Amino acid sequence: MDAFTTFTASALPIDIANCDTDQIIPARFLRISPDDDDNYARVLFHDLRFDGAGGERADFIYNQGAFRGARIVVADINWGCGSSREAAVFALVANGFRAVVAPSFGDIHYNNCMKNGVLPVRLAREICDDLRGQMHSTPGAEITLDLEAQTVTTPDGATHGFEIDAFDKYRMLNGLDDIDVTLGYDADFEAFEERHMARHDWLRP
Amino acid sequence: MAKTLFEKIWDAHAIVARDDGQTLLYIDRHLCHDGSFAGFRTLRKQGRKVKRPRQTFATPDHYTPTHTASLEAIEDPRAREITQAIDDNCAEFGIQLFPWGDRRQGIAHVVGPEQGITLPGITLVCGDSHTSTHGALGAISFGIGASEVAHVMATQAIWQRRPKTMRITVDGQLGPGVVAKDVIIEIIRTISAAGGAGYAIEYAGSAIRGLSLEGRMTLCNMTIEAGSRTGIVAPDDATLDYVAGRPFAPEGAAWDRAVAHWRGLPSDEGAVFDREVTIDGDAIAPMVTWGNSPQDAVPVTGRIPDPAEGEDADRRQAMAAALDYMGLVPGTPVEEIAVDRVFIGSCTNSRIEDLRAAAAIAKGRKTVVPAMVVPGSGLVKAQAEAEGLDEVFTRAGFEWRLPGCSMCVGMNGDLVAAGERSASTSNRNFRGRQGPGSRTHLVGPAMAAAAAVTGRFTDVRRLVEEG
Ligand code: SF4
Repeated sequence: MDAFTTFTASALPIDIANCDTDQIIPARFLRISPDDDDNYARVLFHDLRFDGAGGERADFIYNQGAFRGARIVVADINWGCGSSREAAVFALVANGFRAVVAPSFGDIHYNNCMKNGVLPVRLAREICDDLRGQMHSTPGAEITLDLEAQTVTTPDGATHGFEIDAFDKYRMLNGLDDIDVTLGYDADFEAFEERHMARHDWLRP
Repeated sequence: MAKTLFEKIWDAHAIVARDDGQTLLYIDRHLCHDGSFAGFRTLRKQGRKVKRPRQTFATPDHYTPTHTASLEAIEDPRAREITQAIDDNCAEFGIQLFPWGDRRQGIAHVVGPEQGITLPGITLVCGDSHTSTHGALGAISFGIGASEVAHVMATQAIWQRRPKTMRITVDGQLGPGVVAKDVIIEIIRTISAAGGAGYAIEYAGSAIRGLSLEGRMTLCNMTIEAGSRTGIVAPDDATLDYVAGRPFAPEGAAWDRAVAHWRGLPSDEGAVFDREVTIDGDAIAPMVTWGNSPQDAVPVTGRIPDPAEGEDADRRQAMAAALDYMGLVPGTPVEEIAVDRVFIGSCTNSRIEDLRAAAAIAKGRKTVVPAMVVPGSGLVKAQAEAEGLDEVFTRAGFEWRLPGCSMCVGMNGDLVAAGERSASTSNRNFRGRQGPGSRTHLVGPAMAAAAAVTGRFTDVRRLVEEG
């Protein structure tokens, strides 16, 4: 996984509360092979972005001017709720997105973001509302995320701190593979499992 | 110190608890389905093995056809490849598979409890958000993403931060015709689709105790629609009766030791929850959703709400957008809304009790719109056929299909057409969930059957009275 330190890019405001992962990538595209980046790029927000005939919907913001180059999403409450499909994050990554800023996230999607080097940032709802407003009034304006400092700097120059779990931060900053990190605890695992299976012997397979 | 049910199970599975709040949790059981292909691919790419293959079980569900027993009939080559890949993956990694065509095959969340893989007091994960279902037996179960699936395969453990706890108490007596589906929709309507985020929910109270295990599975299943990954019900006599004698459940002396342990699991007197919610079970009516979030629901006796009633500008705008998508006019009585199609199935409502409830309404009546029934597993299907339910359904004009996820998500091609309105026993009424442009209304199984035979949403209590 790529390490995440700081990131500066323009942002895409998505004014949809409870934007579920079916909106980010409809289920019929989950059959795309995980190696097929071109196809993942094409299907992000597919049914919001394209009409039934495959034409772009002019009223969807990702089809408009400077927003096409956005690489950060600024969303509303409960972003990424619903299905656990990690393909929602693959589709974001395939389009260059490296961060999502929202008041709250679907729990599974939040974790899926971090596993793929996409920084999920929780900021207060008023700040997110205001930030989306700034993006609407100044399309293409840039936001800077600093993971080490845990800050977001917005186009109006304000800086907001955000919370992130220390262990998650460490793994993202260093681009560590989670499986390798966990296998580093193998002695603990083996000792635990022996006790656990002795105590709950009916679980022994 | 007094502990909650959730805390007891959590503490018993903590391999490592780091100072920064992260816990490495031991995973007792891992369920895979055809959509888990990315996890196997990661293992293969990295040259890793499944650490505890005997604690891992798999069954295809999302991509399987429901109209034919032949996988060759799947037109899309990639979908065909995915449905077949699970056989090779399980053979290569040494995993117990309930393959396509086996009577034990079905939706993973139906198969786990049915086989006795899901047990009280365990931790269980699956790469699917509705893994919350298994909490009905008193287990900690939650859905994970594809990277986490690979992680659990390779390590039999997962890093988690302990969630806060919420107890939702539903006391009282559910009225006739009111089922677990209505209870959970009422709960989501009360706490909102985001209300459970960051919490593990324990369901308690006399109305919950009174639910069958199937009903508790419906309840826990839709916990994810309230924003929480984990719902749990304390194991009791009904749980033990359900688990006893299942193929992978303990037997003999091991059963007795397990029961002794399970008896100690319920939350202690005086255990403290971070949040308490109470709901009056007597007041719950059969529910119908009207929008694109499961929180958008009203009793079948109600009317489509007016966006002007929304609490703030954002909510008013979201309501208006949902009504526009759904093609609904504020103020319309729910019972005047015509449906185009009915789906009875999914991991929420495809168990034998659900099919019995739907068949009781279908019996002696005729469908007036296309309707299909998709049992949750081959064993549910066989049981229903032994009881003659398949004949009740087919005589009434319902299609009787093979087990799988089917029209819940349409990945196998069972779709609701653009603009069509469906009454569905599934769990998500998201835009396009059942197909691009589909308009989904979530209801319980008897309510779905009632809509099929009347062509509109109908208070099932009236049909029950008619007999
Ligand atoms: S039935 Fe629907 S919700 Fe359940 S696992 Fe299948 S697709 Fe997911």
